[in-house]
Amino acid sequence: MSHGNMNLTLKIWRQNSAKEQGQLVTYPVTGISPDMSFLEMFDILNEQLVSKNESPIVFDHDCREGICGMCSMVINGRAHGPKTGITTCQLHMRSFKDGDTIVVEPWRAQAFPVIKDLAVDRSSFERIQAKGGFISVNTGTAQDANCLPIPKNDADASFNAAACIGCGACVATCKNASAMLFVAAKVSQFALLPQGKIEATARVKNMVAQMDLEGFGSCTNTGACEVECPQGITLENIARMNREYLVANCKD
Amino acid sequence: MSNTSPNFITSSLGKKYLMGFTGLFLIVFLVVHVCINACIYFNDSGVTYNMVAGFMANNIIMRILEVGLFLGIVLHVVQALILTLQNNKARPQKYAVQNSAASSTWYSRSMGLLGTLLLMFLVVHLANFWVPTKVAVFNGEEHNTFESLKPVFSNPLILTVYLLGLVSLLYHLLHGFQSAFQTFGLNHKKYTPFIKAFGFWYSVIIVLLFASMPVTMFLGLIK
Repeated sequence: MSHGNMNLTLKIWRQNSAKEQGQLVTYPVTGISPDMSFLEMFDILNEQLVSKNESPIVFDHDCREGICGMCSMVINGRAHGPKTGITTCQLHMRSFKDGDTIVVEPWRAQAFPVIKDLAVDRSSFERIQAKGGFISVNTGTAQDANCLPIPKNDADASFNAAACIGCGACVATCKNASAMLFVAAKVSQFALLPQGKIEATARVKNMVAQMDLEGFGSCTNTGACEVECPQGITLENIARMNREYLVANCKD
Repeated sequence: MSNTSPNFITSSLGKKYLMGFTGLFLIVFLVVHVCINACIYFNDSGVTYNMVAGFMANNIIMRILEVGLFLGIVLHVVQALILTLQNNKARPQKYAVQNSAASSTWYSRSMGLLGTLLLMFLVVHLANFWVPTKVAVFNGEEHNTFESLKPVFSNPLILTVYLLGLVSLLYHLLHGFQSAFQTFGLNHKKYTPFIKAFGFWYSVIIVLLFASMPVTMFLGLIK
C-alpha cells in the first residue's frame, strides 16, 4: 500500500473532566499512511482540529517505543488495539483496513478517573507501588555474581515480572477492572529474589490492602489481562501473589 | 516497611479464597451425590438406592455434613453476590465497544449468571426431592425416595429444566474447577496442565452422569 491512501472514520471519546459526562464524537480522517503509528494518526487529526480552532484530543504518550507505559487507548474494544504484545504506540495503521470505523475509548475503571478525553489518572498504581513495591535498604552496587547465588529460573521469572510497565491494560481489559496482574508483577519481582524476601510478608499485605482501598475489582481468573498485557506478564504471577498473601496471613 | 495488617477475610483475596474453598467443597459433594444416584443403575426397583438414601437421611454424621453443605452453598452464594457488586462498582462507566471474546471465554465471564441459573435449578431440585424427604422424616413416615423419582422425571418439562440446569453446571465447573486452584496459588507449569485437563474431564463426566439419570428414568429404562 502506498503512502497516505487510507480513509477512516474515528469515533473518539471526548470528555472535558472526570466530573462531566463524555460522549463518542465522530471524526473522519483522510490520507492516512499504513506505515503511521496509531498515535501519529492522532497527531495528524489533532493538527487538523487545531487548525480549525477546535480543542485537540488529549491522550497520554511519552516514549512512543513501547516501554514507558504511558499510552492507554481501548481500540475497538481491546486495550492497546487488535494486536497482542504491543502498546498503542507500537500499533500501526496497516493493522486496519481502508474505510474502517475505529472506536477509541479511555481505560475505564473507578480507580482510573478520566482527566480529559483519553487520558486517565493512574496515580492509584503509584500509591499501590508506594506501599511496598521496593526494597527499603540500599542493596549496594552490582556485586560479583557468585556472592549472592540466585537460581537462573528465579532470576528469569523476577526479570519477566519486572518487565511490567504499569500501563494499566490489565485493569482496562478485566471485566472487574481488577489490578491483580499489575500488583502481582510488582510483588513477584521482589518475592523471587533474596533481597526482596525480607519484606515479602508486609509487602504483599500492604499492596493488596492499598489495591482494595483504591476501588479496583477482584480477580475472577478469566485470564483476559494476560492476553492483553503488552509485556507478556503471566497469570503465574497472580498465583504467586495469591500464595504469598495466604502464607503472609498465616504467619502473622 | 510497616505492616498495616488489613483484614484477611474481608480483603478481596480473602473473599476469593473462601469462594475457591467452598467451590472445591461443593465439587467434592457432587462426587458423593453422583455416586449415590448411580445406585439406580442396579435396576432393582430401587432397593439399593433406597438403602443408601435411607442411610444418608438418618445417619447423624450425614446430617451434620448436610448442615455443612448448606453452609457451603450459602457462603459461596453470599460471597459471590458481594464480589459481583464490588466488581460492578469498579467500572461505573461501561465501554461502548468491548471485544471480550478476544481475551477470555464467555463462561469465565458469566460465572454470576451461570451461578444464578444453578441456584434457581437448586430451588426446583430441593422442592422436588429434598423437601418431601424432610416432610416424611418429620412426620415419622416411611419415604420411598426411589418411587418419588418416577413422577418427577416422567414430566418432560421438569426433564428439560434438569438438563438446562446441568448445562449451567457444566460451564460453571469448566471455569470454576481450575479457577479455584489458581486462587490458592497452585499454578505450576508442570502440574497446571494436568489440573486443567482433570477439571475439564471431571466437569464433562459428572454432568453426563447426572444427565443420564433423569433421561433413563424418563425413557423408562429404570424399573
